[in-house]
Amino acid sequence: MKTMENKRGVLITAALIVCIFVFVGVAERIAPPSWNMLFMVLKKGSIYALIAVSMNLLNGFTGLFSLGQAGFMLLGAYTYGILTIPAADRASVYQYFDGGLVRFALPVPVALILAGLVAAGFAFLIGLPVLRLKSDYLAIATLGFAEIIRAVFQWNVLGPITNGSNLLRKFPVFQSTISYFVVVGLCVAVILLLINSSYGRAFKSIREDEIAAEAMGINLTRHKMLAFCISSFFAGIGGALLAMYQTSVQAAIFKSAMTYEILLIVVIGGIGSISGSILASFLYIACSEWWLRFLDQETVLSAGPRTRFVVIMAVIFVILLAAMVYRLVKPKAKSRVRYGVGAGICAAVLGWLVFFGVTGATRVPLLRNGFRMVVFSVIIMIIVLFFSRGIMGTSELPDLFKPGKKKREEAAK
Amino acid sequence: MRNSKRILAMLLALCMMVAVFAACGDSAASAPAASASAAEAAAASAEAPAASGDKVVKIGVFEPASGDNGAGGKQETLGMQYANEETPTVEIGGETYTVQLVVVDNQSSTDKAPSAAQQLVAENVSVVLGSYGSGVSIAASQVFADGGVPAIGVTCTNPQVTEGNDHYFRICFLDPFQGTVLANYASAELGARKAYCLSKLGDDYSVGLCNYFKEAFLALGGEVVEESFPEGNSDFTSYVTNAKSQGCDVFFAPVSTEAAANIIEQAASQDLGMSLLAGDTWDSNVITAAAQGKNVDICVSTFYQEGGNAAFDEGFKAYINGNSTAMANNGGNDMIAAVSAMGYDAYYTALEALKAAGSTDPAAVKAALPGVTYAGVSGAIAFDATGDAIRDTAYIKRANTETGAWDFVAEQKVG
Amino acid sequence: MSVVLPYLLSGISVGGQYALIAIGYTMVYGILRLINFAHGDVFMVAGVMMVYLSASLPLYISMPLMLILTVIIGFTIERAAYKPLRSAPRMSVMISAIGVSYLLQNLAAYITGGLAQQYPTVPGISNSVSIGPATTKVVTLVTPFLVIALVFALVMLINHTKIGMAMRAVAKDYDTAQLMGIRINAVISATFVIGSFLAAVGSVLYFTNYTAVTYTSGAMPGLKAFVAAVFGGIGSIPGAVIGAFIIGISENIVKGLEAMLGVAGVSLNIGLATFSDAVTFALLIIILVVKPTGLFGEKATEKV
Repeated sequence: MKTMENKRGVLITAALIVCIFVFVGVAERIAPPSWNMLFMVLKKGSIYALIAVSMNLLNGFTGLFSLGQAGFMLLGAYTYGILTIPAADRASVYQYFDGGLVRFALPVPVALILAGLVAAGFAFLIGLPVLRLKSDYLAIATLGFAEIIRAVFQWNVLGPITNGSNLLRKFPVFQSTISYFVVVGLCVAVILLLINSSYGRAFKSIREDEIAAEAMGINLTRHKMLAFCISSFFAGIGGALLAMYQTSVQAAIFKSAMTYEILLIVVIGGIGSISGSILASFLYIACSEWWLRFLDQETVLSAGPRTRFVVIMAVIFVILLAAMVYRLVKPKAKSRVRYGVGAGICAAVLGWLVFFGVTGATRVPLLRNGFRMVVFSVIIMIIVLFFSRGIMGTSELPDLFKPGKKKREEAAK
Repeated sequence: MRNSKRILAMLLALCMMVAVFAACGDSAASAPAASASAAEAAAASAEAPAASGDKVVKIGVFEPASGDNGAGGKQETLGMQYANEETPTVEIGGETYTVQLVVVDNQSSTDKAPSAAQQLVAENVSVVLGSYGSGVSIAASQVFADGGVPAIGVTCTNPQVTEGNDHYFRICFLDPFQGTVLANYASAELGARKAYCLSKLGDDYSVGLCNYFKEAFLALGGEVVEESFPEGNSDFTSYVTNAKSQGCDVFFAPVSTEAAANIIEQAASQDLGMSLLAGDTWDSNVITAAAQGKNVDICVSTFYQEGGNAAFDEGFKAYINGNSTAMANNGGNDMIAAVSAMGYDAYYTALEALKAAGSTDPAAVKAALPGVTYAGVSGAIAFDATGDAIRDTAYIKRANTETGAWDFVAEQKVG
Repeated sequence: MSVVLPYLLSGISVGGQYALIAIGYTMVYGILRLINFAHGDVFMVAGVMMVYLSASLPLYISMPLMLILTVIIGFTIERAAYKPLRSAPRMSVMISAIGVSYLLQNLAAYITGGLAQQYPTVPGISNSVSIGPATTKVVTLVTPFLVIALVFALVMLINHTKIGMAMRAVAKDYDTAQLMGIRINAVISATFVIGSFLAAVGSVLYFTNYTAVTYTSGAMPGLKAFVAAVFGGIGSIPGAVIGAFIIGISENIVKGLEAMLGVAGVSLNIGLATFSDAVTFALLIIILVVKPTGLFGEKATEKV
């Protein structure tokens, strides 16, 4: 393995991870309440990281294109919820079903593992018929399966167990961010070990060429099933953690849109890179739920004469600079269209800035509810079309710290 | 080529960083004007720094602006924004504070709700208003509890919102009450003996309300047929046929307005032949627009009746007509949704709480809330021991298919 | 029969609308081997555009304009999001399709403000008619005939014109067709143009029936139309149409099953209607497992 040879990279990465864990653990105790948003994002980011890694194991490492992740998360979340609600609270949670059928509560770690096992069990059952299908057919079959699961869990007749369409709540949850990190860290470590074992190599060979893999003596059915079940196991645990994060759970959120979201995270991170998926999860959650929120708010800028002067000077400066660069670069005829589009957008932005500079107070155009998601999907399309290898490609964090690759290190920063 | 791509990537990264920093800078320099009208907001933000020394108290608005309940959430927010425009300041402990609304979108989704709620807590709001829809309120409840911020539910009618906690209050009636009111009305006024209940699968509001309706209706000696439709369904013809072929007398469908518009359309084209009955979600201009000119009979129970308070009606209509964004958020006309009136009342209840607390400290507001009373446009507001509003009145309205407005039918009380 | 008739009627109506979308899926898949996830959203965008266009323009202008704009959108999507990835692995193209779908939905949500829009009434097909015990809209009756006419025209196009022959050649063997001098990009664009046009026609029929247009309106019909295409044998146009009718009818039968049983004297109150969507997907999984090429699919050399 490339990763194993690069001892220095592994050491640095390990040290980095330990530092992050320590930082999160300590910061959580001493940070002021204003930091809570950060921890919220870290919690959800870590959960999505686990789910994205589990999906990457299947889509990126084994080459099985499955879109059933939301269904397995639902199974995990519900298993956890159903099994851990304290007996005393069941009457109020299952208010329409006389307290429900399940009357006991399991300890959290047991329920977490069971959540994974139930998801894996269902994966096994569904995998028997559908894993024979190839690429897009497999994708659509697993997508259909997730939809069926959702309908079954919302079915009123199963209400005494699943609480029908109503929320499950009052189950025990992790309070601290570090608990999420520890659980997710353990799960990801297991996946990493698996990928670097003979199983992982078998998975990759299936991805590269099924026929060749079979010729080399790899049992296709068995290995595909194994990858599918393991991926679902961790998706189940991820679902349980998501339920904890929300402190309540409802089947309605596990739609195909959620699977798409996770798939996009995997793509952004780089299909076939564990650390890419993890980084992308944190970035994705932070962008969509925190940093880009200002795009949803109508904002009116107002500025004094000084700022206005600076803005106008800056615009002139930028235009001059762009003209100079353009003369230096001299784009080929082929890429003129691209430059034209870019120049058009820049001109619009600069024009608005001039307008702002002259008038002094104006509403930022386009900013209103929903714009955040538009910007977000445009960014995703740009990544998909122009950076299809994602943030990390197929390399892992330790590869970035290889000696003699200082330039890449800087780029990563 | 590779090199140029790398440069492009670096530039993009740089741009993003600049954007982030710029955003931070902006929030300091500008007031997020939460969709108030352009001119006024500009004036407000221009004056805000001028009148320095002016103290600001923040009220969080935790409402959906997208997703299934986006339409209702926007109308509810409108009520608060109007109230904020009407009374932008409050006397707290002898000092005048400017009230700033901090609006976040919870996207009608329980998995997006916690971070939206956290955003409010991070903004140091003194009290939170919302949400439309109970699921998101329940999902965000813990975040508010941890942040020590009290919340006033506006139209979340599920009993579980306030149950077992001391920070969530609400000013509307509950589903059990509404279900009973509607069952009584169906039985007594519409003379129904067999009811068809249609709920949306996975939607706790419609399923819960159907459940309470069923309980009450069965107790009155009626019969109930229950069905549910899956998310994303827009073909209701078969459900309409089901109701007809099973000889039901009333079609109870307390679902979201998008589905409702389709149900009305298809009920009319299939000649349903029985009354459509629904809860507070249907009290919306989407419904009257869909019903206008069609042969349908629609009755809803609701919190507020247009015409209940002339001053509020006039002011609110003027506000909407004078502001194109507000007009769009209200669905394109100036009809007053009950949720807007509730939002309006919620805002004033929050002001009362701030006054009673004598401080902007969320803990003080939380301590003061149980004792707060307020005479709102939708009725008198006071909280009971669990934090629910003490209300015994609901209004029944019927859609006038000629004028496209609501007609007042009856005031219903349950002992 | 009189009990079943209304369900059959609405099933046929829904099926017809799925059919028009399904053709777009099946043609694109036949040629590019790509599940065009954005197709359902193109259908939704057609509906949203119609709402906005008809608000300011008379119907006889807004309708053709909407058809043209939808075709342009379909064409642009192919050029911008799929063409650059022609040589990329199939998974990336599919991800790009999912990305486009996400973008179209978010854009529609932004423009409509997430509120449901009321579709304009189209004179003639919005009215109600009664057939025996069932009352329904004219559009319900028009749909199957229109679908059959359009499919007939399409089959003629594919079997008897030059571009049709080129399409068949590309579907058969992409690389060889290219070597034979067929301009692949033109053929693919033509496919997208036809698919988007049919989706736009489908949107008129669909939204005349179900008048609330939201930014998610395209997702479910799109998914079901795709299931229909797979069901009928992906790549086969008559197969997609028949698959769509089967899906539409079975979905409505499931919705009405309890009521029908109730009339027949069997009282069953367990909410079977819950599974009207699930049944579609169960059918899909069964057909994929039993006969992976679908009902009318050609025996592919590639094992599915």
